Amino acid sequence: MPLGKLESGVSAARPNINPVIQQDALADLDSAVADFERDQLLWASGYLAGLAVARATSPAQRPVAPAEAPAPASSTEPAAPWTVLYATETGNSRFVAQELAEAMSAAGQTAKLVDARDYRPATLKQERQLLLVVATHGLGDPPEGTEAFFEYLLGSRAPRLPQLSFAVLALGDSSYEDFCEAGRQVDARLAELGAVRLLPRVECDLDFESDADAWTKRVVEQARARDGVHIAPVHTLRAAPTAPSYSRRHPFQAELLTNQKLTGRGSSKDVRHVELSLEDSGLSYQPGDSLGVVANNPAPLVEQFLEYLGESPSADVSIGQEALTLGEALRSRLELTNATRSFVQAHARNSASADLAALADDPRALAKYLKSNQIIDILRQYPAALSAQQLVASLSKLTPRLYSIASSLDANPDEAHLTVAVVSYTRDGYAHFGAASNFLAAGPSTVPVYVEPNDHFRLPQDSAAPIIMVGPGTGIAPFRAFVEQRRHQAAVGKSWLFFGDRTRRNDFLYQLEWQRYLKEGALTRLDVAFSRDQAEKVYVQHRLRERGAQVYAWLMDGAHVYVCGDAEHMAGDVHQALLDIVAEHSGRSADHAVSLLSDLKTQGRYQRDVY
Amino acid sequence: MSDPSNKPVTEVEDIKARSAHLRGTLAESLADPVTGSIAPDDTQISKFHGIYQQDDRETRVERTKQKLEPDYSFMIRARVPAGICTPAQWLALQQIAADHSNGELRLTTRQAVQLHGVLKGDLRTTMRRINDALLDTFAACGDVNRNVGCTPLAENAEVHRRASRWAARISEHLTPRTRAYHEIWLAGSPLPGNEPEHEPIYGATYLPRKFKIALAIPPLNDVDVFAQDLGFIAVERFGKLIGFNVAVGGGMGMSHGEPATYPRLADVIGFCSPAASVAVAEAVVKIQRDFGDRTDRKHARLKYTIDDRGLDWFVDELGRRGVHLRAAVPVDFEQTGDRFGWSEDSDGLWHATLYVPGGRVVDNEKTRLQTGLSAIARILKGEFRITPNQNLIISRIEDTQKEEIQRLITEHGLDLWRDAAPVRRNALACVALPTCGLAMAEAERYLPQFIGKVEELLARHGLSEQDLLVRITGCPNGCARPYLADVGLVGKAPGRYNLMLGGGAVGARLNQGYRENLSEERIVDELDRLLADFVGNRDSGEPFSDYLHRAGILESQPHG
Ligand code: SRM
Ligand SMILES: Cc1cc2nc3c(=O)[nH]c(=O)nc-3n(C[C@H](O)[C@H](O)[C@H](O)COP(=O)(O)OP(=O)(O)OC[C@H]3O[C@@H](n4cnc5c(N)ncnc54)[C@H](O)[C@@H]3O)c2cc1C
Ligand SMILES: Cc1cc2nc3c(=O)[nH]c(=O)nc-3n(C[C@H](O)[C@H](O)[C@H](O)COP(=O)(O)O)c2cc1C
Ligand code: SF4
Repeated sequence: MPLGKLESGVSAARPNINPVIQQDALADLDSAVADFERDQLLWASGYLAGLAVARATSPAQRPVAPAEAPAPASSTEPAAPWTVLYATETGNSRFVAQELAEAMSAAGQTAKLVDARDYRPATLKQERQLLLVVATHGLGDPPEGTEAFFEYLLGSRAPRLPQLSFAVLALGDSSYEDFCEAGRQVDARLAELGAVRLLPRVECDLDFESDADAWTKRVVEQARARDGVHIAPVHTLRAAPTAPSYSRRHPFQAELLTNQKLTGRGSSKDVRHVELSLEDSGLSYQPGDSLGVVANNPAPLVEQFLEYLGESPSADVSIGQEALTLGEALRSRLELTNATRSFVQAHARNSASADLAALADDPRALAKYLKSNQIIDILRQYPAALSAQQLVASLSKLTPRLYSIASSLDANPDEAHLTVAVVSYTRDGYAHFGAASNFLAAGPSTVPVYVEPNDHFRLPQDSAAPIIMVGPGTGIAPFRAFVEQRRHQAAVGKSWLFFGDRTRRNDFLYQLEWQRYLKEGALTRLDVAFSRDQAEKVYVQHRLRERGAQVYAWLMDGAHVYVCGDAEHMAGDVHQALLDIVAEHSGRSADHAVSLLSDLKTQGRYQRDVY
Repeated sequence: MSDPSNKPVTEVEDIKARSAHLRGTLAESLADPVTGSIAPDDTQISKFHGIYQQDDRETRVERTKQKLEPDYSFMIRARVPAGICTPAQWLALQQIAADHSNGELRLTTRQAVQLHGVLKGDLRTTMRRINDALLDTFAACGDVNRNVGCTPLAENAEVHRRASRWAARISEHLTPRTRAYHEIWLAGSPLPGNEPEHEPIYGATYLPRKFKIALAIPPLNDVDVFAQDLGFIAVERFGKLIGFNVAVGGGMGMSHGEPATYPRLADVIGFCSPAASVAVAEAVVKIQRDFGDRTDRKHARLKYTIDDRGLDWFVDELGRRGVHLRAAVPVDFEQTGDRFGWSEDSDGLWHATLYVPGGRVVDNEKTRLQTGLSAIARILKGEFRITPNQNLIISRIEDTQKEEIQRLITEHGLDLWRDAAPVRRNALACVALPTCGLAMAEAERYLPQFIGKVEELLARHGLSEQDLLVRITGCPNGCARPYLADVGLVGKAPGRYNLMLGGGAVGARLNQGYRENLSEERIVDELDRLLADFVGNRDSGEPFSDYLHRAGILESQPHG
C-alpha cells in the first residue's frame, strides 16, 4: 500500500489504532473481545498472530514476499529464521537478546543476533520474523548510537512491512517520566506499518530479569507453535555469540586491591579509586567497556529496613519458591534504594494510600518524586504495618550497577580500575546510602563483577587520529583508560581532555596522573572547569566554547569526540556547545551543524557514554 | 669561608637575572589551570612580590595517595612600615583575610601582617584588594630590603613620630622600581611604554639575599636592633630625635650542623643625623649588593660579608661611598618585651597594648580578637600599631574615646595581658607547622603548652613573677629571634629541640647551645635542675641568664 494511502487511512477518531483494518471490522473485533480478561486478551493476540502466519504462508497471500524469503514452514523444511535485534546502551537489552537467541537456538530455531547500531534499516523489508529488545535512555530517547535505526523506522521512508511478524520487549525504568518510550514507539510503528504482532509488548522495569525470562519463554513457545508439530532439527544459522563465562547472573568474585579516596579533605564529595583483580577470571575488556557490580546492600541500610519492620534479620521470608532469612533477602537479593512503579503500587496497597496510588498513575509526578526519594523514604512517608513477607514481596530484585572501567588492561594486566562517586546524603535526619557505591566504599574483600562491553565507545582504530574527551566528574573514568591505552601503545594521535568538577584543590580526579601525562606528552591538552572556584559557575561546555576555534580545527582534522558522565544536564549542554561551535566556526547554518554532528555520530566519530 | 671568585653564582641569581625585573613567568603560572602551584622558578620571583608558595605539610602523603598534588596555597605578607596602619586599612585586611585566606591575620615579628592559605585563583583579587586598601606587599620578602621596623610606642610621641617617618622614608627609598608588581597584580597586563627599566639601587639581580632594617627607640629594644642587617638606634636629646647610632651585620639564621653559619649581633659603627639615615641605608645596601656572596645563599647575608672582610673594611667602604659617621652616642636599653595595657604619651593620647597570642587575630573561647578589633577599628580615631613581638597596640586614642574602647576591649576579651604571666605574654614563637615549608618541629602551636610547663617549673621554684624570655622556632632560621632569649628552643625534628640558654640581656647577648635534640621531658628536667641551682645560688636581683654565665654553667662571651 502506498504511503499516502496509509496515512489517509488513519481515522481521526481512533488515531492510534492499526490502520490496516477497517473501522467496522475493528469495532467487531472490539466487541468480540470486550469481556476478555487480560490473560485471555494476551492469549487471543497470540492466536490471531498464528492465524496471520498461517495465512501468510499460502502463496496467494504472499504478494510482497521477497524472492529470497525462506520457504514456508513445513514438516520437511527448515523453519524461517528469526532476527533478534537489540537496542542497548548499558547492555541489559543485549543480555536479554543474547539469552533469547540462545533459547531459540536451543529450541531448534534459526536465530540471528544483531545490534540495532549495526543494523541496516533497509533490510527490514526482507525480515520475516523480528524480535526486538529495546531500551529507553535520555529522556525517553533511544539508546545512544541507535538513532539512525529509529529515525528510519519512525520516519516517512519506512516501508510497509506486512510480511513481518514481530514482538517487542521494552526495557526501561519507571522512575522516568517516559517509561519504555523507545520500545513503545517501535512496537506501535511496526504495527502501523502493517507488521503482525506475535505477542503484546512487554515492558520491563529496572528489575527486568524475571519479566524478560517470562517473555523469552513465551516467544520460544510461539516459535514452536508457528512450526506446528514439527520439531526442527537443532541447528543454528550462526552460533549465538558465546556468552562471557561470567555474566550478571554469574559474576566473578574479583579481589579488591585498592579502595582509595580521590577527593581531598575539603571536598564535599567522596569519590573512590577502586582497583580490582581479574586474575584467573579469563575476563578481558577494552577501554570504553563498563564493569557490572553485583553489590550487596550496605549494612546500615539493611539495618534501617529491619528497624522499620521491627523484625529480626533471622525472620523467615520467601522470594518466589525460595525460603531464606529476612536479613539475607535484604542484604543480597532485593533492591533497597531505587523504587519502581510496581513497588509504589504495591506500597500504595500496603499502606492503603490513595495519594500514593494516584502518584503511581501519574508518570510525570512519579518520575519527579522518585528522583529524590528512595524506597526507605517512601516507606517512611507512607507508614504501614508491614509483615516481613509483605515488604519482601513488594520489593524487586537487586539490580547490578555499571561503572566505566578506568584502566587499560594492557597497561594494568589482570586489573580493572573504577572511579566511583559514593552516594550518601542526609535527608529528614536519616543517613541515605547508594547501594553499590557504598558497598564498594566499605572495602569488601571481593566484589562480584562482570564485563559489560560497549563497542560504541571505542578509541579510533587509527591510533594517529586525534581525540577530544569530555568527561566531568566520574565521566573522567573511561578517559583514564583511553589515555593509558594510547600511552601504552605509544600512539602518536593528539589527545585533548576536558574535565570539570567542583574545586581544583579537592576534586581534581587523578590530578597527578594528568599532570604527568601532560608533561610526557601522552596527553596533549587539558582544560578544566571548576564550578566552585569562582563566583560564576563554569562547566566543561564553557571551556569547549572558549576553545571553540581549536575544537573546530581538531574536528576538521579528523578528531573523534567522546563524552562521558552526567546524562541529565551535561551531555545536552555539551552537545549544544558542539553544535554552536560548528555553526560559528564553519560560518554555516545551524542545520549544517546538526548534520555534521549526526554524520560524525554515524561515522562513530562522536560517541557518548552518559548515565 | 667560601671564595666567591671561582664559584658559580647560585641558581636563584640566574632566575633573578632571567626574570626581566621580577616578572619571570608569573603571569603564565597564574593562568595555568592544571595546578594550584606556580612554576618552580616563579616561586623565587613571587617572594619579591610578597608571596610565598606553601603547601599543607600534614596532608602531603595522604594527597599523593589521592593522586592529588600537594595542597598548595600562598602566604601573602603585607608590608606595614613601622607597623603602623589606619583603622580603615585594618578593617580591609580583616575582610580580605575573611574572603580569601584561612580567615586569620597573622602579625609578624617584623611588624607586618600575613595572610595564609590564599589559593592561586584568589591571588590577583587579594593583591588588588590589598592595594585598594593603600597597602602593598611588594618587597615584603625576597632579596631586597624588607619591612622596615620601628619601636611602635615611645613616651615621647614626637620622637616616635619622627623615627617612624624615617622608617617609612627608608622603606620607600629602598623599594624596587620595577613595574612588574603593578603589571602582574594590578593591571593584569604589561603596561604601556617600553622604556627599559632601571633599578638604581639594586641593579638587575637585586641583593644576594634578604636585607633587614629596624629602628629602635631606647629604652625599648623590642625590634631586636642587633639582629638586623642594619639597625638604627634613636638618640634623643632634650626631647628631640637628634640622630641614630648605626649598627650593621646582625642576623639570626643558621643551619644545624653547619658551623660556617651562625647568628650574629650587629656592631655599632657610629652615629648619623636623622636626615642622613636614608643615605646610610642606601650605601649599606649597595655595599652588600656589590660584595655580598652570590655563590652561596647560606653565606650571603651582610653579616658574612662583614666577617669575611672585617668591620674596618666595611667602615672604609662606607667612607669611599661618601658616608662618614660620627662617634656613636651611648644609650641604654631596658627591655625587649612590650609594655602591655594602657599608657599615655607626651601628646596626651592613649595607647592600649594588647597581648595577641601567637600573633593570630582569631575568635576563640578565650578572646574575640577578630570581632573586637573590627568593632574598635570602626570607631577608632587613632591608629593601629603592630609590635615586633606579634602584638597589637590600639594607638593615639583620644581621651573622649578611651572609655568606649576600654569597654570594647573588656567586652571582647581583648585584655588577655591581665591574666597572662610575664613568661607567657613575653614569649615568642615563629609560624612553623603546618604552613612553613622549612619547619622541622612545631613552634607557634606548641608554645602555649611549653609555656605551661615553664609556668609550673617557675611556680615550683617560687619564681612565678620571674621575667624569663622564652622563644621557640621550628628551625634554626630564627624567625622569632630565639638566639636572643633566656631560653631558646630551636627545632631539630618533630618533638625535638636544641636548648639554647643565656641570652636575654635586652637583646644584646646571644644565648648558647646548651643541649641538643631534646624532648620536652628532657628540656623540662634540665630547666628544673638549673632553676633549682639558680634559686639556691643567685645574687639578689640577678637575672637567670646572668647567673648561668657567672656560675660558669655557660662560657662567657665577648658580647654582652
Ligand atoms: C612570619 C615570620 C615569623 C613570625 O612568626 O612572625 C617569618 C616566617 C618565615 N620566615 Fe623568617 N619570618 C619572620 C621573621 C624572621 C626573622 C626575625 C626578624 O627579621 O627580625 C628572622 C631572623 C633574622 C634574620 O633574617 O637573620 C628570620 C629568618 C628567616 C630565615 C633565615 C635567613 C637567614 O639568612 O639565615 C629564613 C629562611 C631563608 O631566608 O632562607 C626565613 C624564612 C621564613 C619563611 C618565609 C619560610 C620560607 O622561606 O619558606 C617563613 C614563613 C612561615 C609562614 O608560614 O608564615 N626567615 N625571619 C616573620 C616575618 C617577618 C616579616 O614580617 O618580614
Ligand atoms: C554506563 C554507565 C556507566 C557508569 N559509570 C559510572 C562511573 O564510572 N562512576 C560512577 O560513580 N558511577 C557510574 N555510573 C552510575 C552507577 O552505575 C550508579 O548508578 C551509581 O554509582 C549510584 O549507584 P548506587 O547503587 O550507589 O546508588 P543507588 O542505590 O542506585 O541510589 C541512587 C538513588 O539515590 C537517590 N539519590 C541519590 N543522590 C540523591 C540526593 N542527593 N538527593 C536525593 N536523592 C538522591 C536517588 O533516588 C537515586 O536514584 C554509571 C552508570 C552507567 C549506566
Ligand atoms: C541515563 C539514563 C537515562 C534513562 N532514561 C530512561 C527513560 O527516559 N525512560 C525509561 O523508561 N528508562 C530510562 N532509563 C533506564 C534504562 O532504560 C534501563 O536501565 C534499561 O535497563 C537499560 O537497558 P540497556 O542496558 O539495554 O541500555 C535510563 C537509563 C539511563 C542510564
Ligand atoms: S624559624 Fe624556621 S620554622 Fe620558624 S617560621 Fe622561620 S623558617 Fe619557618
